[in-house]
Amino acid sequence: MLLSLLLVLLIGAVAWAGSAAGFAPLFGVALPYLATAVFICGMIWRMVYWAKSPVPFRIPTTGGQEQSLAFIRQAKIDCPSTRAGVFARMVLEILLFRSLFRNTQADVRAHLPASNGPGTIYYSSKWLWCFALMFHYCFLLVFLRHFRFFAEPVPAWITCLETLDGIMQIGAPRFFMTGAILLVALLFLLGRRLFNQRLRCISLANDYFPLWLLIGIVGTGICLRYFDKTEIAMVKVFIMSITHFSPVSTQGIAPLFFVHVTLVCTLLLYSPFSKLTHMAGVFFSPTRNLANNSRQKRHINPWNPPKQYFTYAEYENEYRDAMAEAGLPLEKAPDKAAE
Amino acid sequence: MAKLPAPQELIASRPPFPGEHWLALKPEFSPGSFCYPAKPDTMERLHMPNPHEWDPAADDWGLPENWEKTLCDAFAERLEKHRSLKLFMDICVRCGACADKCHFFLGTNDPKNMPVLRAELLRSLYRRDHTMLGKLLGKTAGARGWDKSVVKELFYYAYQCTECRRCSLFCPYGIDTAEITMIVRELLHEVGLGTHWIMDPVKNCSFTGNHLGIQPHSFVEIVEMLADDCETVTGIRPKTPFNKKNAEILFITPSGDVFADPGIYTFMGYLLLFHQLDLDYTLSTYASEGGNFGSFTSFNMAKKLNAKMYAEAERLNAKWILGGECGHMWRVINQYMDTYNGPTPANMIPPTSPVTGTVFSNAASTKMVHIAEFTADLIYHNKLKLDPSRNDHIVTTFHDSCNPSRGMGLLDEPRYVLKAVCNNFVEMPENTIREQTFCCGAGSGLNTEEIMELRMRAGMPRGNALRHVQQKFGVNHMACVCAIDRATLPPLANYWAPGVTVSGLHELVANALVMTGEQKRTMDLRQEDLPGVEEDETDAQEGGE
Repeated sequence: MLLSLLLVLLIGAVAWAGSAAGFAPLFGVALPYLATAVFICGMIWRMVYWAKSPVPFRIPTTGGQEQSLAFIRQAKIDCPSTRAGVFARMVLEILLFRSLFRNTQADVRAHLPASNGPGTIYYSSKWLWCFALMFHYCFLLVFLRHFRFFAEPVPAWITCLETLDGIMQIGAPRFFMTGAILLVALLFLLGRRLFNQRLRCISLANDYFPLWLLIGIVGTGICLRYFDKTEIAMVKVFIMSITHFSPVSTQGIAPLFFVHVTLVCTLLLYSPFSKLTHMAGVFFSPTRNLANNSRQKRHINPWNPPKQYFTYAEYENEYRDAMAEAGLPLEKAPDKAAE
Repeated sequence: MAKLPAPQELIASRPPFPGEHWLALKPEFSPGSFCYPAKPDTMERLHMPNPHEWDPAADDWGLPENWEKTLCDAFAERLEKHRSLKLFMDICVRCGACADKCHFFLGTNDPKNMPVLRAELLRSLYRRDHTMLGKLLGKTAGARGWDKSVVKELFYYAYQCTECRRCSLFCPYGIDTAEITMIVRELLHEVGLGTHWIMDPVKNCSFTGNHLGIQPHSFVEIVEMLADDCETVTGIRPKTPFNKKNAEILFITPSGDVFADPGIYTFMGYLLLFHQLDLDYTLSTYASEGGNFGSFTSFNMAKKLNAKMYAEAERLNAKWILGGECGHMWRVINQYMDTYNGPTPANMIPPTSPVTGTVFSNAASTKMVHIAEFTADLIYHNKLKLDPSRNDHIVTTFHDSCNPSRGMGLLDEPRYVLKAVCNNFVEMPENTIREQTFCCGAGSGLNTEEIMELRMRAGMPRGNALRHVQQKFGVNHMACVCAIDRATLPPLANYWAPGVTVSGLHELVANALVMTGEQKRTMDLRQEDLPGVEEDETDAQEGGE
């Protein structure tokens, strides 16, 4: 935990010191190009890596009633048997975190009055679902809002998004809700890793690092907007020049901006090699993206080994006499088999 | 077997959740925490690698000399074969949503029984050899190397998972621990580590056709005895067709139903139902096992045992296969069978009920129908005369078996049948049924005596739910559609909710079934007197005419 925090702080410090010492083009120009390239290629490489292994068996986790008799109502989304059903299941999974929505918390009691003895109570527990959803959606919105720096004139949908985001009309520059929610959600996700005993036990540096990194990104972003206000016009000119592959001078842009950019680039560089590949991986999950129709349509395993089993002929050879005695029909009668 | 602590003590004796990080903890192989190892001659006969004598409690497990390379290579090979494995190794974010969804974790409070850590045992090894960060940063990035204690750890926790898939339902990415456990078990088999209670049935199934290795003539004898018992209860001796060619339907059920109480009553139920319908069917002594302990061993072993079903359907020229009540058997049939051993032999046709004419289009390719689907269809079309009042002395609940629930979606068919044959039906709490059902605690080949306390711990969530409805609604019976459940739930019920009996669905069907020409029923299939029904000489004679 500490290690990942220190690492994030170190990355930030290096970016600050470096850009202040005149290496801003390194952090502001070279790194973003590199990180974007690594991110795109890396994610494709990971998806190709997964796709190279076949899905030998059709193993959806069925979350409801199968399709069977006409008078029995199928759970068409949680236990899909058609492509449309699978599509709906995936949409719910990806857009609304359907599975996480089921989350419960079990509480084991040695004595429960209702059971007159030991018992387990299951509480609905939607906190993780709620904060995870908040985090992911705010992250998406914040990401989309940033396109105002990438386009001139600013497209209407971004302006619209900003108006909605700042609908509370607090302060100047206008306070954006998404940034704050994002930070709160991240702190929740970090907090449960720190204070929940089970989570602390399973958490690795690989889990803390992206959280600290994101907190760093959101933190510096908030600072850039509200506190250490950056020359926003200059930043936009700079970013536009990057996207047009003709970078202009970084002169006059505050080091904090380069810290922000460097942390974002670190995230991009880190993603393809980490658990953050779940953003692409969830689409590949065979327990979710397959229809439960393997009795209806044959699923092919490309490496299906040849059949090898104890055949009936071998079986009858072994037990012929006993089978004859028991009056079981035989392929070869004992006297014929002996010949 | 050591004496079990009382249920409350069992819960109280769960150790506190440790403060250390999981990498600092190692399991202790104390008696009762592991299943007995497979016997060398069993493994040899099955051509399994490195058959050897070993003891899980001992320091030296007799791993072959090149064990590390064998395991690394086997792991790499499986990554190439299963996209699921690559994906599940890569994308877990360790959100912890799966933690308290596992019955083994709830019962033992052992952190490595949280599905996330069960997978992390393997994931840590994956990181070292297959990820850039793991290669560069090693331990800092959660990577670790193979050593013998890691192998032991994998064994310990791969056999404290019943492949029930409850965690995969709650996982936001659908990471399925059953998939990981199956693959870890495969890896362990590469160095000769397996358990007796799985491998012995595998051997028996493979060479004699059923779990206990009962030979064909004895198998027939036992079934005949069950038919005699049917006659005692109903006055009708059902047909027992064996290995009959050109029958329309081949019936395959787990052999546990032929051998073990209370499964035998379910089997009697099948015999009576088929007799009443005058079904053109046959049993097979060669394919006399529906269950598939191969599926607890490796994908190839599962395929091998499963191959007999289609082979026998082809030899006997059956049109389709009807499958009995079983859990993992149906996971294999629904999700693997056609892929393993299809396409079906040319003589088979899409299943059609000869009684109602219903075409089971959902089984058009495997050509195999679940008996609960078959019977629900009969009841819907009013083809059975039922007297549910014969089951009035029971208040029943229904245990959804993990595999039909989360690997098939068979939820409402058995309920439809159960409600038609029993007047008193109560559901257990909603977080413990249907797709959220809890395992009996001993699925996937763990229903062995030597780990009874562990089984009771793992069965705690199911036991608690059962006790809840027992106390609240007077439930005294639990029906299920799984042969392993019929073996594992009676001790579980005895322990957590004494007084609850366990039966298969078709035992209750046959109890309620009014058969043509039957004698007055004064007892149920267990030959226990039906309350409120007096044996009446004249009535019995009239019924017999």
